[in-house]
Amino acid sequence: MTRPDPRDELVEHLPAMRAFAISLTRNGATADDMVQDTLVKAWTNIEKFQEGTNMRAWLFTILRNTYYSSRRKAKREVSDVDGVLTEGLAEKPAHDGHMQMTDFRKALALLKDEQREALLLVGASGFSYEEAADMCGVAVGTIKSRTNRARARLAELLGHHDDESLEMTDDATMSVLSASKVSSF
Amino acid sequence: MPEVMLVNSGNKDERERVIDDNLKRVFDETLDEGIPDRFKDLLQKLKEQDSEKGTS
Repeated sequence: MTRPDPRDELVEHLPAMRAFAISLTRNGATADDMVQDTLVKAWTNIEKFQEGTNMRAWLFTILRNTYYSSRRKAKREVSDVDGVLTEGLAEKPAHDGHMQMTDFRKALALLKDEQREALLLVGASGFSYEEAADMCGVAVGTIKSRTNRARARLAELLGHHDDESLEMTDDATMSVLSASKVSSF
Repeated sequence: MPEVMLVNSGNKDERERVIDDNLKRVFDETLDEGIPDRFKDLLQKLKEQDSEKGTS
């Protein structure tokens, strides 16, 4: 009886790995390099993967370790890829009351790394608090408070002007999405 | 008019839901791009290396 090779499943997780890598690095090219490293590590260390456990969580763990160790090596204090930080949020006030997807991305980029990461794992990738805590090597309560703070900070950054509601239309979103693909998250 | 999402609807739960929706959009956008060729090539190469070593 031959068991399925878990390595055959790697490919299914690639899109999610890329999405997570882009959220960590905020740079498409760096993200893909990291995904490549992760893929090679996963392939050559596949015996360390415990069958029956969540492969995506395992891969994301390798990915974030790759990211944090390369970041330590580079000793970059602040990454300002694509000028997201210096550019700031919405140069112009939201004159038309529409929140654009670019603003959302910029706000996301302004979060602290660990807050953005927690939010991405729990809010977008569908991991439980427990899984996210395992992956980040912290307590469940820490993940909860990081996601809460991330959400609160996002709400603050996205500017809740009391007098008008910020709306996002699919129109505006779609045009921005297609204009700025992968470049920043 | 397309569907409009309120980012600012006072209600905390509603706001969180909208934030998560936006997050998913950003995330899904990358998912929808599929798998770039470089990764297909890489996986193919890894497979070939293994079969050359006769370990597979």
